[in-house]
Amino acid sequence: MNELSTFWSVWISVISLGSIIGCYLLLSGVRKGQTVHTETSETMGHSFDGIEEYDNPLPRWWYWKFVLTVLFGLGYLALYPGLGNYQGLLGWTQTGAYDREVAKAEAEFGPMFAKFAQTPIEELAQNDQAMRIGQRLFANNCAVCHGSAATGGYGFPNLTDNDWLYGGDAAAIKQTILNGRIAAMPAWGAVLGEEGIHQAAQYVLSLSGRETDKAAAEVGKGLYNTNCIACHGPEAKGNYMFGAPNLTDNIWLYGGSEQQIMQTLRNGRAGQMPAWNAILGEDKSHIVAAYVYSLSNQ
Amino acid sequence: MSTAFDHPTYNYRVVRAFTIMTVVWGVVGMSLGVLIASQLVWPDLLANIPYLHFGRLRPLHTNAVIFGFGGSALFATSYFVVQRTTQARLFSDVLASFTFWGWQAIIVAAAITLPLGITQAKEYAELEWPIDVAITVVWVAYAVNFFGTIWKRKMKHIYVANWFYGAFIITVAVLHLGNSAVIPAGAFKSYSVYSGATDAMVQWWYGHNAVGFFLTAGFLGMMYYFVPKQTGKPVFSYRLSIVHFWALISIYIWAGPHHLHYTALPDWTQSLGMVMSLILLAPSWGGMINGVMTLSGAWHKLRTDPILRFLVVSLSFYGMSTFEGPMMAIKTVNALSHYTDWTIGHVHAGALGWVAMVSIGSVYHLLPVVLGLKPGQMHSIKLINVHFWLSTIGTVLYIASMWVNGIMQGLMWRAFNSDGSLTYSFVEAVDASYPGWTVRVIGGALFVLGMLLMAYNVYMTVRSANGKVASLQAEAQAA
Repeated sequence: MNELSTFWSVWISVISLGSIIGCYLLLSGVRKGQTVHTETSETMGHSFDGIEEYDNPLPRWWYWKFVLTVLFGLGYLALYPGLGNYQGLLGWTQTGAYDREVAKAEAEFGPMFAKFAQTPIEELAQNDQAMRIGQRLFANNCAVCHGSAATGGYGFPNLTDNDWLYGGDAAAIKQTILNGRIAAMPAWGAVLGEEGIHQAAQYVLSLSGRETDKAAAEVGKGLYNTNCIACHGPEAKGNYMFGAPNLTDNIWLYGGSEQQIMQTLRNGRAGQMPAWNAILGEDKSHIVAAYVYSLSNQ
Repeated sequence: MSTAFDHPTYNYRVVRAFTIMTVVWGVVGMSLGVLIASQLVWPDLLANIPYLHFGRLRPLHTNAVIFGFGGSALFATSYFVVQRTTQARLFSDVLASFTFWGWQAIIVAAAITLPLGITQAKEYAELEWPIDVAITVVWVAYAVNFFGTIWKRKMKHIYVANWFYGAFIITVAVLHLGNSAVIPAGAFKSYSVYSGATDAMVQWWYGHNAVGFFLTAGFLGMMYYFVPKQTGKPVFSYRLSIVHFWALISIYIWAGPHHLHYTALPDWTQSLGMVMSLILLAPSWGGMINGVMTLSGAWHKLRTDPILRFLVVSLSFYGMSTFEGPMMAIKTVNALSHYTDWTIGHVHAGALGWVAMVSIGSVYHLLPVVLGLKPGQMHSIKLINVHFWLSTIGTVLYIASMWVNGIMQGLMWRAFNSDGSLTYSFVEAVDASYPGWTVRVIGGALFVLGMLLMAYNVYMTVRSANGKVASLQAEAQAA
């Protein structure tokens, strides 16, 4: 782990203990040198711009406070890791403390989540207790991108509209959560040229029934059939296998204006849904999947 | 200002210049603070102007108050104190002017580059490498001038205020050089030579000692001159000064790791940071005791002297925040307080309560002196009193609201349900923080209002001093 070389380990121990003990020696040395032990009107005999200094003793309560903190510090450094590679009498480590707390939580809450994990997602989505837990897990892990109402935002899909990039059945949702998704819309600018991008965009606009430049859209249709059809399909309904969106439903992940569509065509898009298995584990991901499922399947 | 104020022995010119700029940067830096505090309450405020975005104005706020306001106050008072307590003129008038114009140019450069987004992204050390080089040059000139003056002193001993100023000057140089080590990549970009946890540790070694040496040791130097001067009493205990000075400077340098509890920093570093932070409690309080006990037998002066009130209340806030700091450095406390508004409250207990108040008190004492008037002979003592109450109430509102917010945030973040899931999402804790943030804006605005009164008072004092000099000169000519 954080093993230091012997030199550095000794160096750290010597200078840290040296600083602490040095402070104590200074404190007790000055205290021993005191000639008066009660409050005095004796000054040191020098004056700076009229400022003199009394030869008052160190306040007793302050002296003892100083000594106590030094003793506490030495005690702490005996018990806990602090002096180079010395592990401390308690054998405490930060990662050990973390592992213990996680194990404790696992033992306490694991069985409940394991029980929910036995229930099929469609059925779990009807379970109020599970959905309250799912909502909290969603709020703390997913809401930062998808929003606390799960309605998404620019670049982040709305999870409440039953429109899916990778499929909306229970198994597909769980798969998306556990392993994440990486979407890749290629950049067509260099292939189609600016004129081609314009024409393809006109065709894409027409797919969701909007006003277009008909002549350009006609050329665009040809471009679509050569370049886009492989992922978005002959009817432009998309394909869950590639996460290719349906282009006919007027739902847009990166905006549906002419300019935004041209931007998408020209430069491509790269969406990324992280994999949650390592963070939430399978049982909690199961509940989150049921929660997301419930949003479009009341 | 007329050169007619010039003292036969001392260089007061540079002290006057830095004193005026203390007030100017105080108003500017603290107003920026109120602006960014308002942006947290009204997130859309100026949100569409990139130069005025919170992320760019926040470092400008910290740079303007720490280095503009605090730095100018330290230059002004150290140049004043070192001359008065050594009975020697500054080592070099040329270097003195150079440090003044150089330091002001650096703050102006910060005010230009930070809103443009040019930053090293190191807290309190954001300025890019060309400005860092300029800081080094000015700082060396400052050190030569300060220690050169000590060298010229007319007596054997060196007064305790100068120990603290000296430690501040030397250590800030070391911290600045250590933390700002970068490899330049063009005129406005650079990369730190450190990486990962090492980079974080070097940053907080710097960051915490910027607090320890810039904002504590330097201002203790100020305290050691202006408290006994304004009180007219000897310093409480010379022995206490010795112990707390050496203990403070040798222990402070270790305390940085408490900023990185429960992170990738190795366990041993965290433990040492915590232990040293706790041991720091007594050395820190040594300064407070020495200041406050200097008043024994002179407490009645607090009833009539608002300047002394500023100084004494600053010591109370100093004592409070140097108690709070070691407590927050304890790992179990830190687990609650870290990343919450409590930290911001703690910083401002020190920044407003200690650093700003002791500077304000000192400026009110010294400005009349460098204008050829008596200590504390400002245009209006009544306005100083109003300023005192605005500052005190503003600081208390600021700290109290951040305590409430911080503890609430810490508790909300760690609250669990019976199913083991978190009770609150992050945004719920943000939502719950709005009342506290609103109170903070009010507290900060009161503090700025006080600074504006101070600016007016300073202006009127300078004007009347100018008038007196003119009439004296006229009399002299007539006679």
